[in-house]
Amino acid sequence: MKFIRLIWVNLWRNKLRTILTVLSVMVALFLFTTLRSVVTALEGVSEVGSEVRLVTRSSTGITFPLPQSYFERLKAQDGVRSVTWANWFGGVYIDESNFFAQFAIDQETYLAMYPEMAIPDDQRQAFLSERTAALVGRGLMERFGWELNQNVTLQGAIFPGDWTFTIRAVFEPDDPSFGDQQFFFHYDYLYEGVNGNMIPGWYIVQLEDPEAAPAVIENIDRLFENSSNPTKTETEKAFNTGFVTMWGNIGFLVKAIGTAVFFAILLIAANTMMMAGRERIGENAVLKTLGFQDGLLFRLVLVESVLITAIGGALGVFGSKFMFGPGNPVNNFIQGFQVEWSTVILGLTMATLLGVVSGIVPAWQAMKLPVIQALRRVA
Amino acid sequence: MALVEIKDLTKVFYRDSQQIPVFDGVNLEMEPGEFLSLMGPSGSGKSTLLHLLAGLDQPTSGQISVGGANVTGMKRRQLAAWRAQHIGFVFQFYNLLPVLTAAQNVELPLLLTSLSSSERHDHVKMALDIVRLSDRSDHYPRQLSGGQEQRAGIARAIVSDPTIILADEPTGDLDAKSAEEILELLKRLNEELNKTILMVTHDAHAAEKAHAVMHLDKGVLSR
Repeated sequence: MKFIRLIWVNLWRNKLRTILTVLSVMVALFLFTTLRSVVTALEGVSEVGSEVRLVTRSSTGITFPLPQSYFERLKAQDGVRSVTWANWFGGVYIDESNFFAQFAIDQETYLAMYPEMAIPDDQRQAFLSERTAALVGRGLMERFGWELNQNVTLQGAIFPGDWTFTIRAVFEPDDPSFGDQQFFFHYDYLYEGVNGNMIPGWYIVQLEDPEAAPAVIENIDRLFENSSNPTKTETEKAFNTGFVTMWGNIGFLVKAIGTAVFFAILLIAANTMMMAGRERIGENAVLKTLGFQDGLLFRLVLVESVLITAIGGALGVFGSKFMFGPGNPVNNFIQGFQVEWSTVILGLTMATLLGVVSGIVPAWQAMKLPVIQALRRVA
Repeated sequence: MALVEIKDLTKVFYRDSQQIPVFDGVNLEMEPGEFLSLMGPSGSGKSTLLHLLAGLDQPTSGQISVGGANVTGMKRRQLAAWRAQHIGFVFQFYNLLPVLTAAQNVELPLLLTSLSSSERHDHVKMALDIVRLSDRSDHYPRQLSGGQEQRAGIARAIVSDPTIILADEPTGDLDAKSAEEILELLKRLNEELNKTILMVTHDAHAAEKAHAVMHLDKGVLSR
């Protein structure tokens, strides 16, 4: 501890350079933490979903709907316990920037299949019994300051017109990665509003036994193989993963960018420490003359380097944590996006590692400094 | 028994394959409380002798002992610890750390001891009192005159109460008045506190302040 003051004053001997280095590390670790959280969130999305549920969609693509008649045919399959369906609504609330996911659902069968949405009983009943009722995630309610029993009007994009809903129920997910930014309403309301000119977007099939999934998937897709609307069936988890991979290999891209940023900052931090080391050759020689051990000088330089990166890293990591806490706007686009504590710890570890790696060469040089030659330089 | 004993000391520098002998078979004894000055032309090896005495460099052959400790037989790590305890070094260009105040510079050698913060503070205050720089203890080197900087350098050299003070041209960068003050200070340290001092100088007037003047020329040391 008695050397902390010496380390601290050395740290700030060139304030501008230190501040710029700290800021560089801060930006790098902010990016690292944020990008890492994107990867974590995307991986989280692909983990959402039950192995007990299958998603049956058009083999042509998710935007192509499936006939209503498939509902009964799916229900009749061996190993199927229940079936429901949903449609993507794609409405706009006031402005396009207020994006959130909206689904028209077959309310009774859908809610029965998703027990992970916790809804108070009275609200559940209110939602089920009213044709224009909406079920909204807690996070979405807070985002727009909505209240229960409030009317909300969405402007239809796929289904033209103004659609007014009354919020009758609010759900909270058991698992945060399920997300609480969704808006559900009755399929019937939409169906009647477009005069029956629509069919379900996709079906969700609940299995009796998850082990039977491969056989049921094969049976379903074979059933519709030669129809005008062939299907592609997969587990809900695989379906969500597919949704994520539609973005491309985001995980790889993000990791590649993060790694590049990290190494760029490593070079900057290492250069700063090398410059600081070169400036202090004479002073280190004096300290050795006073009796400072080689190992002590090594540690002093290394701690100084770690302090720079740790300060910058902490600012960046906690800046990201603070900016992307619960309810952050990015959550609207990437479900469950937030900076986890594990990511914070990883970021701080990386910052410390950065300090060690960038400081090791100047620390080694300080340790191995030939005192006589160095003293002659200052003489 | 002599405090410092140098026996048959030789030092050869190597530049590529060329050998450059600095001194050959130098012998010296210093008694406790002695104040010696060492003169000689540039390149005669005066500073090299100080470096060898401080354990900063290794001789080609010969033996150096200070206070009974065989300096030439110590390893690098042992030498640093020994130096912290037994050597007070005064530089020509003061070599204070610019980011530390005078008091903090003086405290540096004490950071290597097990003294508590308050004990270190007391020692620093005493050292600054001795060199009469207490009123400048919170000043940074850039806020001090050359003479004051050197006094801080001397305070740093004596703060851990070393066995011997090695001064390498301590007045070489000072005006006449400041140089005189520093020489008087060294003399006072020797006379009042019985400090053993070996001072390298080019200045004959400065050398006269010592008990004896030695000359080093062409590798030969003579009184």
